[in-house]
Formats: sequence, C-alpha cells, structure tokens
Amino acid sequence: MSESVASPPSAKTRLTQVLAEAKAQDRAALVGYLPVGYPDVDISIEAMVAMVEAGADIVEIGLPYTDPLMDGPVIQAAVTGALAGGVHVADVFRAARAVADAGAAAVVMTYWNPVLRYGVDRFAADLRAAGASGLVTPDLVPDEAAEWIAASDAHGLDRIFLVAPSSTPERLISTTAAGRGFVYAASLMGVTGARDSVGSQAQALVERTRAVTDLPICVGLGVSTPGQAHEVAGFADGVIVGSALVRCLVDATDIQDGLSQLRSLTRELAQGVRR
Amino acid sequence: MTTPTTGLGRFGAYGGRYVPEALVSALQELDECRSKAMSDPAFLGELAALQRSYTGRPSIITEVPRFAQHCGGARVVLKREDLNHTGSHKINNVLGQALLTKRMGKTRVIAETGAGQHGVATATAAALLGLDCVVYMGRVDTERQALNVARMRLLGAQVVPVDHGSRTLKDAVNEAFRDWVANVDHTHYVLGTVTGPYPFPEMVRDFHRIIGVEARQQMLDEIGRLPDAVLACVGGGSNAMGIFHRFIDDADVRLIGLEGGGEGVATGRHAARFSGQATPGVLHGAFTYVLQDDEGQTVESHSVSAGLDYPSVGPEHAFLHDAGRAEYYPVTDDEAMEAFRLLSQTEGILPAIESAHALAGAMRIGRELGPDALLLVNLSGRGDKDVHTAARWFGLLDDGVAADPVSVSAAAPVEAEGEGVQL
Repeated sequence: MSESVASPPSAKTRLTQVLAEAKAQDRAALVGYLPVGYPDVDISIEAMVAMVEAGADIVEIGLPYTDPLMDGPVIQAAVTGALAGGVHVADVFRAARAVADAGAAAVVMTYWNPVLRYGVDRFAADLRAAGASGLVTPDLVPDEAAEWIAASDAHGLDRIFLVAPSSTPERLISTTAAGRGFVYAASLMGVTGARDSVGSQAQALVERTRAVTDLPICVGLGVSTPGQAHEVAGFADGVIVGSALVRCLVDATDIQDGLSQLRSLTRELAQGVRR
Repeated sequence: MTTPTTGLGRFGAYGGRYVPEALVSALQELDECRSKAMSDPAFLGELAALQRSYTGRPSIITEVPRFAQHCGGARVVLKREDLNHTGSHKINNVLGQALLTKRMGKTRVIAETGAGQHGVATATAAALLGLDCVVYMGRVDTERQALNVARMRLLGAQVVPVDHGSRTLKDAVNEAFRDWVANVDHTHYVLGTVTGPYPFPEMVRDFHRIIGVEARQQMLDEIGRLPDAVLACVGGGSNAMGIFHRFIDDADVRLIGLEGGGEGVATGRHAARFSGQATPGVLHGAFTYVLQDDEGQTVESHSVSAGLDYPSVGPEHAFLHDAGRAEYYPVTDDEAMEAFRLLSQTEGILPAIESAHALAGAMRIGRELGPDALLLVNLSGRGDKDVHTAARWFGLLDDGVAADPVSVSAAAPVEAEGEGVQL
C-alpha cells in the first residue's frame, strides 16, 4: 500500500462531509445509482455527472457483475448491457474520479467477487486514488469482511453495509458497528426496482437502526418518485434511488433524451428530499 | 481425515456465507433448526421412515460385468441411486429439507433445477407434505428437459423459466435467491446441491451421506472388500459428496469426481472447474472454485448434461481437491454419451447423462488400473429424462429415417476392448 495515498481511518471522507452538509440544511441527501458502462462507459459517466449537476449529493456507481442477485430486472438489464459492451473494472475508477471532480461523493456498489479477483487491497488503493469515498457491498456482510475491513481502514475508505427488515437486534448492532459512512437500510424484503409505495417496514427499520448507531441512515430499494423521496426524507438521512434513474436511460429513444429525462427526474428527487 | 474449519461453515479456506443481509437471519434459523433436528430422534425417525417406505432405501448395489469389459476388465459395481423414487439421489436431500421446512413453520418451498431432477424431487416432497412449490429453471434447460418440466407441473408445482443471462442453472439459482429475499418469512429455499451459503453445503451433504454409508457397508457385505476407487459425477457435487464422505477416512480408496468436459477443456466450452481453468472466488454465497474471467465475471459453462452445466462447485470439493484427497477429471460430452450407450446396451440400464460421466470415468480409470481393480460408481440418476437428448444425439428420432440398433452402432462404433463385448 502507498503511504501517500492512505489516510488514517478517522479522516472524514467526502461522503461524511456531504451527509453532514445535508443534515445542516435540514434535509436528506439524495443518492443516485447508475451502473458504469451503460449504455457505454463514456455516456454512463456523463450521466453520473449530469445527476450531480441536477442535485444528487452522492452517486452510487454500480460495478456491473454477471450474477447480480440483489437486483431486479431494470438494473440487471442495464448491467448485462454494460458487460456485453465491454465494461471493465478499471472503468469504475474513472467514473469515481468524474463524480468526485463534479463535487459529489462517489461510492461504488459492487458484488464481492470482482473485488476479490482484482485484489482487495489493490482495489481499495485504486478506489481511494480515484477520489471515491467507499463501497456498498450487497453480498458481503461484516461476518465475512475481515479483509475488506482491513483494507478500508488502511486506505481511509467508508464501508457501507446493509441492514434489512429481517435483521435481528444483535445483527443491527454488529453490522452498524462494523460500518462507516452510512448504513444502507433496505426498505423492504426484496430486490431493487421501483415500487408503488415504499415499504411500511422502512421507517420501523430506520428507527430500530437509529437506536443502535450514530451513523447516518440512507434508505434504498423501491424509492422511485419525488413523493416517495419526500416521504422517506421525513425519517432517513438519505434517500437512495436506483432503478427509476436507470430506467431513464433504458427507456430513452436516444442518448440526449435519456440524459434529459435523467436530469429532470434527479432535479425533482432533489426537491423531494427537502423536508 | 477430518475437514478443518476456519470459520463459519468453512472447509479449509472454502465456504462461508456471502449473502445479502436480508437472508442472514433465515440462514441462522435454518442452521439452528437443522442442528437440533439432526440430533432429534423424532426427526431422524421420520426421515428414516420416509427413506425406507417412500424413497425405497436402501438402494441396492449392482455389479455390471458386461459393462466392466469396457473398463479394462476391472470389476465395476454401481450404487443404484437411480432406483430411488423420482429417479435420482436428489430425493434424499429434498425430503430432509422439506421436513425442516415444516419444522420451521414455513409453508412454501422454492428450488432451482438444471436437469430437472432436483425440481422433480422438490415438487414431489412438496406434494407429499402439502407445501406450495415454485421451481426456477433456465429457459434453455426447460427445453432440453421438457419431460421433467411436465412432471413438476403434474405434481402441482409452478415452473418458472428464467430468461436472464445464460438461461441455465446458474441463472435459475440467481432467480431463486431473489425470490427467497422477497419471501423469506414463509419460504424455504431447498437448495439442490452442496454449495451456497452455510449451512447448505454441510446440510445437503449430511442428507446425502446415506449413499456412502450404505454403499460402504454393501461393498464389505456383498463384495467382501472396499473399492479401490469411488467415482461420481460432479456438477455442484451433491451425489459425489454423498458417496465420498463415508470413504474419506479410508486412505486407500481413491475418490474421483468427473466433471462436465463439454466439447473439451481446450475449446473453452465446458464445465470443468478443477482442470486449471477455474479459480477460487465467490458465487452463490460460497467461496469456492468458479469459472470466471480475469475481472471476476462468471464465465458460462457448457455440458450436454444440464445437471453438470454449472460454473461453480461445492466448497467441500474445493477443499478435497486442494488437499489432494479427491481427484477431479473432465469427461467430454462424446465420452459421456458413449458410456451412456454402453451401459444401456450391455446391462439394460439407462443412466442419467450426468451419471454417464462417472461411467466414462470408470472406463478410463479401469483401463489404467487393470483387471484387479474394483470400482464403485455412483449411478446418481436414471436416464428417463434424457431419452430425448440421447435419441437426438444418436439420431434415433423418427424423422423419416428408420433407426435401429445396428445404425446406432454404425453411428458411433464401439472400440473393442480386448475380448470385450462387441455390440
């Protein structure tokens, strides 16, 4: 590891700053997810920057993976397209750099195997060097994360673990104790994808989680509309939107139309997270 | 030899629990339930009664001398899991998990299936115990295993074809996990092989362990000695772990797993995880050998056998491989189909194409070891489901050209083995 790149674990990441700024403004932060590489790498990065310009505080950059078992059909279609188009792991670092340069916090969402294959410490070093704040790991729970915990400590990165409505009180304590940056509260039992309503379990989960940690809590899964974002902002520190934003690109008639839809939805969601 | 554990559900470095948090409490509940059940005489008694009066256990062993003439003259004994109710070893595990489902108070089971045997077994157990049942199956597999799709539906199960990814077993597993995350409060995922997150690899092995327990005793009682080698096909690896496990401490008994070599390992179109092409990684909840590219993306596998067409393998196999306790070799589609034909025509037993890979392994190992060798082959399933595939392979379908046994032989001539049987 490079000493010049590593920061002490106590150093605040851009993610922590952004969440604190939103809190100071008495609003929730908006977290927008897009996979890198869809429809191609350059456009996906342009789309992420467009989201930042339209009001996203944090961009969750998806690293496409062949077996995304926490994702629903919209995101799976996009990541499958990205993989078919030849996206590479290194592209996620380019995307993180662009997001950070645009002024937002960049976190990468990845299933564990691509990181393992790349080399956990090497991945952490490159992520930090790219200006990213940390990782969201949907299939890596703290119980199996010793290597990642060591690498994220060494490189001063946040590690965002998920909690779910099924998490026991003991697991809420152990999972939040292992995490840093924010806690990703999965609002419902299910995979990614827009829902008509945010699960009623979301608020209860946030309350149960808040009782055991001081970390900010962001809610994801099923949030797609400005109204839902507003509702969730009433009880969470951040609102995570994925499939609805990805759909802007999937359903678009052409690239400019897609980017325009994406900007417009992001702007409305950014209004929505104001309380 | 015992399997060292270095953490939760680890076999050496392999195994673990790489899953969404949403599933962790269900896995903990399952682990607690099965731990108690496996030491509860009432549970074990109920399972044993079902094995005896429903599955038809113990399954017999059968010596196959005419087939053995194609195996260098070595003696060959088959463990007849093909005679189990539903036609394969799969029922052993499914009955155990279905009983656990009831014990956990859950009312619905889901399963994934490649060849359909696990799906049929799950649909059967669900019918028997009054559970709702949904089976996920890759679209490609629903087409090559159409008969089993019909069987599952007749048994009252809903079969859901999966159109994602490679549309085979791997993608059916992904879909089953997605369903489970959404419905875990009332649904148990009857995982069909010895992989997945802890406790599945250990639990599924323990339900299949009866194969090896019976076979070892039968070899001693009926043949008079232990075999020199135990052979089994390995997709995820459940039938192989089932028969291997009781022999692990018998140091003189070679344990040999046969993988789907597809069109040949060199072609890249195969399902051989232990032939230098797969590397350790995480897939479907376990750290084990995975066919993957340099960036950790899963590579699609290929095998004529839907049941072996899987890019990963159970973590205990990964451990046995690295420890040198078990050996794993690829068998090509051609070799497997030749063994399929030979067993059918020399012994009157149609094997599952999966099991035919183990038979092809016996032909190869028998020729290596010679006539003094004694081989035990796990005949994990019967070939009823594969009749269509085999008929197409050998050109037997009646599409205007009459086919008969002579033309079979002409299409794929048998290599005479010394004084072996000439078909």
